[in-house]
Amino acid sequence: MPDNLLEIKNLRIEATVYAPGEKPRDVVIVDDVSLSLARGKVMGLIGESGAGKSTIGLSALSYGRGGIRLSGGEIRLNGKQIRGASPSVLRSLRGKEVTYVAQSAAAAFNPAKKLMEQVTEAALKHGVMSKDEAEKRAVELFRTLSLPDPENFGNRYPHQVSGGQLQRAMTAMALCPKPDLVIFDEPTTALDVTTQIDVLAAIKTAIAETGVAALYITHDLAVVAQVSDEIMVLRHGKMVEHGTVQQIIEAPREEYTQALISVRSIEHEQMQPTPAPLLKVDGVFARYGSMSKDVLSDVSVELHPGQTLALVGESGSGKSTMARVITGLLPPRQGEITFDGKPLPPALKQRSREELRELQMIYQMADVAMNPRQTVATIIGRPLEFYFGLRGRKRDERVQELLDAIELGKGFGDRYPAELSGGQKQRVCIARALAAKPKLIICDEVTSALDPLVADGILKLLLDLQKREGVAYLFITHDIATVRAIADSIAVMYQGRVQRYGPKDQVLSPPFDDYTDLLLSSVPEMELGWLEKVLAHRKMTSAGN
Amino acid sequence: MHPVLKLVIQRLALGLLLLLAASVLIFVGTQILPGDVAQAILGQGATPEALANLRSELGLDEPAFTRYIEWLSSALQGDLGTALSNGRDIASSIGGRLQNTLFLAAVAACISVPLAIFLGLLAVRYRDRWPDKLISAITLTSISLPEFLLGYVIMYFFSVQWGLFPSVSNINSGMSFLEKLNAVALPAMVLTLVVLAHMMRMTRAAILNVMQSAYVETAELKGLRRFTIIARHAMPNAIAPIVNVVMINLAYLVVGVVVIEVVFVYPGMGQYLVDHVAKRDVPVVQACGLIFATIYIGLNILADVISILSNPRLRHPK
Repeated sequence: MPDNLLEIKNLRIEATVYAPGEKPRDVVIVDDVSLSLARGKVMGLIGESGAGKSTIGLSALSYGRGGIRLSGGEIRLNGKQIRGASPSVLRSLRGKEVTYVAQSAAAAFNPAKKLMEQVTEAALKHGVMSKDEAEKRAVELFRTLSLPDPENFGNRYPHQVSGGQLQRAMTAMALCPKPDLVIFDEPTTALDVTTQIDVLAAIKTAIAETGVAALYITHDLAVVAQVSDEIMVLRHGKMVEHGTVQQIIEAPREEYTQALISVRSIEHEQMQPTPAPLLKVDGVFARYGSMSKDVLSDVSVELHPGQTLALVGESGSGKSTMARVITGLLPPRQGEITFDGKPLPPALKQRSREELRELQMIYQMADVAMNPRQTVATIIGRPLEFYFGLRGRKRDERVQELLDAIELGKGFGDRYPAELSGGQKQRVCIARALAAKPKLIICDEVTSALDPLVADGILKLLLDLQKREGVAYLFITHDIATVRAIADSIAVMYQGRVQRYGPKDQVLSPPFDDYTDLLLSSVPEMELGWLEKVLAHRKMTSAGN
Repeated sequence: MHPVLKLVIQRLALGLLLLLAASVLIFVGTQILPGDVAQAILGQGATPEALANLRSELGLDEPAFTRYIEWLSSALQGDLGTALSNGRDIASSIGGRLQNTLFLAAVAACISVPLAIFLGLLAVRYRDRWPDKLISAITLTSISLPEFLLGYVIMYFFSVQWGLFPSVSNINSGMSFLEKLNAVALPAMVLTLVVLAHMMRMTRAAILNVMQSAYVETAELKGLRRFTIIARHAMPNAIAPIVNVVMINLAYLVVGVVVIEVVFVYPGMGQYLVDHVAKRDVPVVQACGLIFATIYIGLNILADVISILSNPRLRHPK
């Protein structure tokens, strides 16, 4: 038996892209990557989107998504070369020697089948154990992963359990056939922070108890530091740095790794409330259609001119509904919104053009917020025509000013959204909102779809523009780090209510209420042993109660 | 109440309502036709007195609404009235023919539905390779040919050339099940070819749609065989669209087989209907219309109910 479980040498992965109007061409996705993983060890693969980390992870199953080809190098699993192995050889090792945990368990489970059937399927198919043994093992794994009612958990259908539970069930599914290696592909990225910490702890326990080796893929260095023994940093399909967790976190050698670690270094001096708030939300209740429960109940917050109010909360806490209420898309059931001293008509249709102009919005998904068939200049020019009647040269000049303001050069006006990167698209959306010269911009999770370094640039730009234009932001996010960086005041939302509200320094300093404490302590920190510390702290406080 | 039960009851109620509407249409439609039954019975040379007498005897002078209620209530009790052309009770003469039609449809369905679904699965398994293309080519050819031509071609080879099956599908109640099967072999074959393509293409499209899902990748990474993935993981999530197309085709097998029945001289509903339409026998046309509408609506409601039941989110709410 060879020493290393997984041995990848000089791996090269290519894909053919079919760009519209061009000849199909080959692009290199992963270039000359080598790694070796010993039994029972966990290696973290980290990088931004497009770094090729998922592609490398899947190559350990000799699998390529879409038109991806594993075109060169060696992939040895248990000493066997698996790159280019026959389909029947691959079938015999997928689901038996190596298994996979996907980012979205909600999509990766078959909605038509019970969890138990899916969890035990691979073990039964490969004849690893009998049906009774497999089900017994599954129940044990459910227990290890602290799933509720482990005896009966498997009788449920995927839609009957929560997202965090499903992610743990997927881990049970991967561990059930007693594999040698598990590939975890961003298993906690789609979860709320308070859920993420439980899943992370469950995965860590399960890895320790089963002694399985793992490749743990994520873009979050703080997360990977909690579970792995060593870390490989990837960028543009190439290896940047490889070392033990301690070395990477405490003494990164490469500049890129250092940038990843010191991300969120934004300095923002908190401003004090002014006597006249720009936006005043007073006792708002709102619900959708014929729902019997309020999505927002008794929400009151204030936002001062030229400042930033951050709305923080998990999915389902009502943050985005707040944006819909303020913009008039969802008129409130009760309560009032005052803007610049005047009451704002509740419904969008009742608002004047001037009222519309002063309140702009930037969305999470910049791709779908722009018409793909319009050029950047048309997109930014539209509000100039609509609100100010600018045409011809005057409009072009203003468009150019705005492009300069968002730090994009001259040539960008003629491009289409598809020709921009994610960060550039979000910048164009910012320019479009600015074009209306608004007093308030609602930013709905504007950085959550972006890589950390790119997101950092966007936040810096937003703060810069705030200083220059005096615009106020209502910043909706689930990311505490972002809030720390840019907010002047904070409202913590929980189940449609404002749990905690005030200036940033007050909200973020103790004493905390239970929920805010849970939320703040769940944010992964770039520190070895952070996970254990938090869990131990929680055990103590819960034992104390 | 369980939400699924509620949905199913809603569908059934909707079906009944639809059926009622269809019965109104059938009744009104036959009333709009020029001339009336009395005229049809007595012919062009009838005296006005004779016509008036017959009309009051048949109840034709009553208001249309009263006649509709009477017609519908007796139809619900199984009394479809009397045929004008031969004075026989419609229910008893349709009974045997309806059975024959249903028998032929059932035989064709038993062959075509499993075959279509299997071919659909096979086409997905070998997508864009020669088996897929061959299956598509054959089924599309068979659906493109007019069914009577298909009928004669099949009759020529299977009956005239090779003498395997009878060319005239005569069946009666004295025959054994196997003899009956033998008799309907050729029309069933033609019907199968006619409905196969539609069902197979839909199965293929519905499953291909599901094959994009992440859980299909999960199954693949478990090392399952491709056919197992298609049949066990993709198929259960594609039931709703498949069932809908299957039911439309089953309905066609019952109500759309006139041409085939004529080609093979099969004593089914279709021929009976054609005969009596030619004779302007309104009560028979109404009765057949009502039966066909019932079958059509019934099968489509059944498709809806199966679609509802196949959805685990509705079957097992949170």
